[in-house]
Amino acid sequence: MSAELASSGTPGEAPTQGPGHGPSHDHDHIHPAPRFFLFRYVFSTDHKVIAIQFLFSGLIFSLLGGLLALAVRWQLAWPWKPIPILSRLLWADPSAGYQMPPEFYNKLFTMHASIMIFFVVIPVLTGAFGNFLIPLMIGARDMAFPRLNMVSYWLMWPGFILILYSFFVEGGAAEAGWTSYPPLSEWKWSTPGSLNGQTYWLLAVMFSGLSSLTGSINYITTVLMLRAPGMKLFRMPMTVWGMFITALLQAFALPVLTSALVMQTLDRVAGTNFFEATGATVANAPAIPGGGGPILFQHLFWFYSHPAVYVMILPAMGMVSDVLSTFSRKPLFGYKPMVIAIGGIAGLGFLVWGHHMFQSGMNPMMGATFMLSTMMIALPSAIKVFNWLGTMWGGRLQYTSAMLNAIGFVSMFVIGGLSGIFMAATPVDIHIHDTYFIVAHLHYVLFGGSMFAIFAAVHFWFPKMFGRMMNERLGKIHFFLTFLFMNTTFFPMHIIGMHGHPRRIADPSIYEFLRGSGTLGMNQFMTVSALVLGAAQILFLLNFLYSLVLGRKAGDNPWRSNTLEWTTPSPPPHYNFARIPTVYHPPYEYSVPGVEEDFLLQTQPRPAKAGPLDPIMA
Amino acid sequence: MRYWSILFAMAAVGAVGAFLYAYFSPDWWLPNPPGDFHHSVSRFGREIDKLFFIILAITGAVFVGTQVVLVWAMHRFADETDAQGHPVRKADYFHGSQRLEVIWTIIPAGILVFIALYQMGTWAEIKYRSAAPKVPPLAEVTARQFQWVIRYPGPDGKLNTVDDLVVVDDLHFTRDRMALIYLRSSDVLHSFFLPQLRVKQDAVPGLTIPVWFDADRAGDYELVCAELCGWGHYKMRGKVYVHETEEQLRQWIDEKLAEQNRSRLTMTTAPNGR
Repeated sequence: MSAELASSGTPGEAPTQGPGHGPSHDHDHIHPAPRFFLFRYVFSTDHKVIAIQFLFSGLIFSLLGGLLALAVRWQLAWPWKPIPILSRLLWADPSAGYQMPPEFYNKLFTMHASIMIFFVVIPVLTGAFGNFLIPLMIGARDMAFPRLNMVSYWLMWPGFILILYSFFVEGGAAEAGWTSYPPLSEWKWSTPGSLNGQTYWLLAVMFSGLSSLTGSINYITTVLMLRAPGMKLFRMPMTVWGMFITALLQAFALPVLTSALVMQTLDRVAGTNFFEATGATVANAPAIPGGGGPILFQHLFWFYSHPAVYVMILPAMGMVSDVLSTFSRKPLFGYKPMVIAIGGIAGLGFLVWGHHMFQSGMNPMMGATFMLSTMMIALPSAIKVFNWLGTMWGGRLQYTSAMLNAIGFVSMFVIGGLSGIFMAATPVDIHIHDTYFIVAHLHYVLFGGSMFAIFAAVHFWFPKMFGRMMNERLGKIHFFLTFLFMNTTFFPMHIIGMHGHPRRIADPSIYEFLRGSGTLGMNQFMTVSALVLGAAQILFLLNFLYSLVLGRKAGDNPWRSNTLEWTTPSPPPHYNFARIPTVYHPPYEYSVPGVEEDFLLQTQPRPAKAGPLDPIMA
Repeated sequence: MRYWSILFAMAAVGAVGAFLYAYFSPDWWLPNPPGDFHHSVSRFGREIDKLFFIILAITGAVFVGTQVVLVWAMHRFADETDAQGHPVRKADYFHGSQRLEVIWTIIPAGILVFIALYQMGTWAEIKYRSAAPKVPPLAEVTARQFQWVIRYPGPDGKLNTVDDLVVVDDLHFTRDRMALIYLRSSDVLHSFFLPQLRVKQDAVPGLTIPVWFDADRAGDYELVCAELCGWGHYKMRGKVYVHETEEQLRQWIDEKLAEQNRSRLTMTTAPNGR
């Protein structure tokens, strides 16, 4: 069916033939939705079903990832005090007084990060929203390769199973951090999690990577080949731009990660020495032949994982742009500069990986170059922030839950972006590298950034996905609590990080300079905040589940938005568009003079008296 | 509901407040001697702190600026409807401003390039091999799970000879003298972190990395492992002691050497070869 759709008119160009006869308006070739439950809802090739599968599995894994984080926080606030209930269930050793073993602490932060990154944020942003929105927003009936799309979801499942099973193998789950630096991650006796857990971790992450790779091939092809007539590249919504450029990032960076993971797996199971230095050994084992280099892994890992940071923020930026413009009832400020900024972030994103390695023993002269490129990548991010503020300026701001979460994204992304400048500066990074300052920074970008964008997107597109509205009151309470306690949880980390509190240590009170009541009190304050933050997510979950069944019925276009998905019924039918729509203008024509409504669907032509569009900005 | 702007204002005020409060609390400020917690004890520490403040000032100003605009926009442009449910005010219709885009591209670009170039000198001074001080090495520090094995040159003044002193988790050097160590690892990655001196360098198996630092006051400091190195990573702590004079350091090394030789002697001359 992909070939048929691709041949139905050149993408991006207005139809030349009259309505009803144009090849782009075909009614035929639409197969009915599968009747059999298994093919309709489980092994479905429908991008909407696959998106919802990604969303559900991501949300389920986020519960696990969140619980792991709360256990980390507990240990930092009250080191070695048994966690109520969990202690007895998970590491019940009465002889140790139900204390958390230190290696278990290392498992907690390793698995928290791995699950949140590889099984929650990336699958939800690209897998769920990318899948759902790309075809609907560009006016396609499905992805270019529907079966490959199904494969991309089902490749996640071996990953899910392996990562969960790894908790139960001898030695337990991996504990070398989500960065998984060798040799700690390679030698079986270097730490309990490296005995078996690490191999499962490597395989699980590889499957997650394969899923992203197959997904990204699909997204790139779909965006380039299946756009509806009139949907020029510069008429695509920012969401599609974000997803498209993210897919390019993944396609170019993932092979490098995959090869690094394969090399590490071979080092572990086949006796190769890609990342092992000559003469080193652990736990008095005989010295290994070596000949490899541990830093090589860091280069390969960050060559993917720095772009991966943008994989986790570019789709978020795109979705937030759409939400902000919709609820400001105003065109996006500087649409084309925003697109160029996303492209700039992606391009520069491949040149900055070394800033994770300033203190790694890499040649310091390379550090100096990476500092310059890293500073420059702050520029497109800054431009985007200014443009979002410009979008709100002069608008008619409607504080729906989606809008509040989107503004929360902007506000928090400013903090996350600015704190990045500290660690981009190599000399300052000497002090704050591997401290809680970094943990603060990454949570402002990933929680304050990606998570708020996910919340905004769920509130915004829930009506389209499920045909029902989410409860606005619950949504606003959830936003209020999340925003407040997110800040009290993560902001103090800047301060204790500046005070030198290292990350990944099970008990800060080992160190005299961290034994002061300030650091300790701050750790306890952050943990209490984190517990409330965790509890507040129950509201979101309740709202989600309640609205799924009992939410108010949504119309086609409840937010009075412009993009193509809102021209379809909610939820959209199988194959989305009975007639492939024709697009007449960029997606952000709100409050157009001379139009009665304050929005103008992309399928409706702009009135002549609105004047020509600004060719540079819009 | 323009009152939502208050929540965002609160977050911004809280953020600025946290850093302001930290300035007056030795527990929250950069790790320095408790009595004089605005003074970094090492030369590089003072330079790093200065750069830290420059960035803090610039980012602080940008932060306050953007948050003020955000909060004001949220307050000023909140949607209002009249009794019939019609909006009181229409949203503006414009797509951007080329002039603004140019301004807010060029100015931040200039600031960012300035920050980057301004830091280069300090970075080179601290890390470039060519900048290493031409002094005999203080010690060779070998990290292993979960201890710092520190080897000082013995009476012959040379490292890696039979008369070396080897201690664990105990780094000693002299005030106002640049100390040069060679950092190694015998197993996994570790990181040599002196928070009070603002020193950090990963120890990498297979590499020997020179690290140099000084301190302008004697006293006790701490050595932290800052790179995850296994289940006992959290307790890989070393003590650091800065002596007033070179003689005191020499004296300490001699005492430790005597101790070390005594224990060797008892081992070799004990009856029944025990």
